[in-house]
Amino acid sequence: MADPTPARTRPRDAAIGTGAGRVLLLVYGIFAVSAGARAGVQIATKFAEAPLAFLLSAFAALVYIAATIGLAVGGTRGRLIALTSCSIELVGVLVVGTLSLLDKEAFPDATVWSGYGSGYGYVPLVLPVIGLWWLWRNRPGDR
Amino acid sequence: MNGPLSTATIVVALLLGVWYLIRCALDRAPSNTDLWAMLGLSALVAVLVVVAVVGLITGDRPSDSTTFIGYLITTVAFAPVGFYLARLEPTRWGTLILGVACLVLPVLVLRLQQIAEATGG
Repeated sequence: MADPTPARTRPRDAAIGTGAGRVLLLVYGIFAVSAGARAGVQIATKFAEAPLAFLLSAFAALVYIAATIGLAVGGTRGRLIALTSCSIELVGVLVVGTLSLLDKEAFPDATVWSGYGSGYGYVPLVLPVIGLWWLWRNRPGDR
Repeated sequence: MNGPLSTATIVVALLLGVWYLIRCALDRAPSNTDLWAMLGLSALVAVLVVVAVVGLITGDRPSDSTTFIGYLITTVAFAPVGFYLARLEPTRWGTLILGVACLVLPVLVLRLQQIAEATGG
């Protein structure tokens, strides 16, 4: 007999890039593009001004790109990629956010993670938490 | 870039965004009307970008024209991407995708205005 439960309940093996995950995919995509473009322009036009900040921007962009790909790919590997990049992201935004407030000299130009992502409406701070929560909620069933 | 067309785009995008957020809160999947409205917004944004490109060719160029062009490409592609993702997601989350897309668009238009104001001499 077919499963009588209507589509309201999300199947446990549903891809992580569907449902609310697709919203995450969009937001991560936006950040991948904006952080990537910003880092590209900064490095191409004024790298010497603040190499550390710009390399951090580029690193942040790579992490966002990885998270986007992880969500899009799904499966065990996609999950692992997304989990890793969300964790790096959370650590990154906390560490860089704190450092940028303590030592303004080292960060003369803003990165996505400066001031806990205040230049981006604190979305960089909230996003990894939502990402990790989403991955936790959609963890593979206990066997 | 700072004409009534930009203002109209921002206002329409914000209104639509609020509408989609309400629809998402009410647990509604995107309806045909919702999707058409998004296409309408895409068309409005496309017109805005075409006007900006014509301005680039004929008028003053912003001093940071590379960034400006990058933003133009992102802006014109943005609403259609939201539309595409929302079509893949016929649940309340599809409506939220439309809402997020509509609320990010005004930011893009404002950034375009900022960059356009700094005309290079």
